Amino acid sequence: MTESTEPETLNINGVLYPTRLTRKYRERKPVTIRNPMEVRAVIPGEIVEILVEPGQPVERGDGVLVLEAMKMRNAVSAAAAGTVTKIHVEPGSLVAKGTLLVELE
Amino acid sequence: MDKRDRLAEFRARVAQLHAGGGEAAAQKQAASGKLLARDRILTLLDEGSFHEYDLFVEHECRDFGMAEKRLAGDGVITGTGTILGFPVCIYAQDFTVAGGSLGLRHARKITKIMDHAMNLRVPLIGINDSGGARIQEGVNSLAGYGEIFYRNSMASGVIPQISVVLGPCAGGAVYSPALTDFVFVVDKISKMFITGPEVIKTVLNEEISMEDLGGARVTAEVSGNAHFFAESEQDCFEQIKRLVTFIPWNNAKKADPFPAKPPRFETPIEKIVPDTPREPFDVRDVVRAVCDDSDFVEIQEHFAANIVVGFARMNGNTVGIVGNQPAVLAGVLDVDAADKAARFIRFCDAFNIPLITLVDLPGYLPGVDQEHAGVIRHGAKILYAYSEATVPKITVILRKAYGGGYIAMCSRHLGADFVFAWPGAEIAVMGSEGAANIIFRREIAGAEDPEARRQEKIQEYSDKFANPYVAAASGHVDALIDPAETRRYLLHALEVSQQKKTVRPERKHGVPPF
Repeated sequence: MTESTEPETLNINGVLYPTRLTRKYRERKPVTIRNPMEVRAVIPGEIVEILVEPGQPVERGDGVLVLEAMKMRNAVSAAAAGTVTKIHVEPGSLVAKGTLLVELE
Repeated sequence: MDKRDRLAEFRARVAQLHAGGGEAAAQKQAASGKLLARDRILTLLDEGSFHEYDLFVEHECRDFGMAEKRLAGDGVITGTGTILGFPVCIYAQDFTVAGGSLGLRHARKITKIMDHAMNLRVPLIGINDSGGARIQEGVNSLAGYGEIFYRNSMASGVIPQISVVLGPCAGGAVYSPALTDFVFVVDKISKMFITGPEVIKTVLNEEISMEDLGGARVTAEVSGNAHFFAESEQDCFEQIKRLVTFIPWNNAKKADPFPAKPPRFETPIEKIVPDTPREPFDVRDVVRAVCDDSDFVEIQEHFAANIVVGFARMNGNTVGIVGNQPAVLAGVLDVDAADKAARFIRFCDAFNIPLITLVDLPGYLPGVDQEHAGVIRHGAKILYAYSEATVPKITVILRKAYGGGYIAMCSRHLGADFVFAWPGAEIAVMGSEGAANIIFRREIAGAEDPEARRQEKIQEYSDKFANPYVAAASGHVDALIDPAETRRYLLHALEVSQQKKTVRPERKHGVPPF
C-alpha cells in the first residue's frame, strides 16, 4: 500500500537481509527507558495541586502532585525515593503527555 | 376493507419501509460515495435470492420525543439469500434511518438473524454502517450490543462470520467485527475506532483525522483489524464472493470442491527461490506455482506482510496456506505476524481446512520494541495454534529455517503430519555467519588474519549444518524432495490425510496466550 521503493536491509543475527520494510516497522517509535528520578505526565491534563516542595525528601510511592485528567483527580507519585530538586509546573499548568513535572535526586 | 384494498395498503406500507430514511437521506448517502443498505444486499447476493424478515419491526422507545418517530425497519435490514448458490444469513444497517443507530429492536433483529444462521448452520454476513448506540434508548442500546457480541462469540468456529464495514463503526460497535472471522473495509468509506478524533482531541489534546485514526488503509495495514481492503464497494462485494467459494458453510462440512486444475504459473518452481539464504523472493510465487489454477486468495495482504496467509485449492479442495515472506522484513516472525498466522490457523482448524506451511525465515525480529510489545506471548500464539490444530498439517521447508522460527513454522515437533524439505534447505539454530561469529569468536579475534579465519569458520559451520541432511538423519524431516515435485508430494500428502483423526484429552478448552 505505502510501499517503499528504496533498497532496504534488515539485520538479523548479524546478517543483512535485503528486503522491504513495512510502514509500521519504519514508523515505529524508539523505546525510551524511563528515568525514575523524573516524574512525568503519563496523560495530558491540568495540574491542580502540588504536594511537595524543593528540598523535601520523598519515598517511593509518595504523591508529589495531583493531575486532573479524564475528569479524575490523579495522584502522581514518585517512582523512586529521593529529594525534590526542581518543580517545573504550578497549579493551573496544562501539561501534555510526557511533560517533565518534578525532578528528584 | 376488501381484499384488494388490503393488498394495496400492504404494498404501500412496504414501499414506504423500503424507502428507508427517505429521499434526502438517500441523496446524502450517495453523496458520501455509499450505496444504500438495501442495494448493498441486492448487489452482493444472487439475483432474486434475498428474502427479508422483520421489515415491520418498530422501536419501542418513548423518551426524548422518540414515541412519534417511525424508523423504517428500525434502521436495519435482515434476511436470507444466496451468494453463488451458497446460503447465507445477512443484515445491513441503514445509515439513512436515524444514522443506522442501534437501539434494542434494531439489535434484536440482528440477533434473530444471527440465531437463524446458527440454527441453519450457514455463514453470517453483517454490513455495518452506523453512527453507534441510539443514545435515546440508553442502556437498552448497550444491552443490544452485548447480545450481538455474545452470539458472535458463540458462533465462532461453528459458522463463518463475515463483517463488512461500509461506513462508520465506532465505539463498542467495532467489537462485533472484531469477533468475526473476516472483516472487509473500503477505501475512504470504512471507519473503525473505539474513541473518535474529537474525544482524542478533548482528552489527550492530540489532533488526528478520522482517516488516519481508523480509516480503511490504517485498519488494513497498521492495526490489522481488517482482513480485506477494497477500492470500492463493488470491488468489496466481488472479494466477498471469491472468499465464500473457499470456505465451508459450517464446521461440520468441508468447503465445496471445485474441478481440479493445474497451476498456470509459468516460472519453474526451482527458479523462484534464490540459492543464497539472504536473497529475497516472493513466497506467493511458490504458492502460485503449486496450487490449482495459480488462484490464491490472500488474507490480510497489507498487514504483517512478512507472513502470508490465505486460501488456495489443491486438486479442487480448499487448503490454508501459511508462508514466511522473505520479500518483507526478511520474512521474520514478529508480534503482528504471529498474531495474524495464529488466527488464520485456528480458522482453518475450526473449518476442516488442511494447512500447508511454506518455510523460509531467519527467526524472530530482534528489538526492544518487539520485546516490550510482548513478542514472547504473541509469538507463543503461533506455537499454540499449530500444536492445537488437528487438520492435516503439511510443511515444506524451502530454504532457511533457523532457531525458534524453525520450530514455530509447523515443524514435526508441533505435530506436522508431513515435513518436506528442498535440497537447499538450511535447518539450523541460526545462519552460518551468525553461528561462526559466536562459536569461534575468540579464535577469530586471535587469528593473524581474523577475516580469513572467520570465512573459514563460516564455511566449516555451513558445511556441517547449512543443509537439510542433519534434520533428515534425525527424522525431523520426512522427505527431501526435488522442488519440481512439490505439488505432487503435497497432493499425495493431502490425499492420504483425508481420514486423519486425532484424539485429544478431554478438556473444556485450552488457555492459549491470547
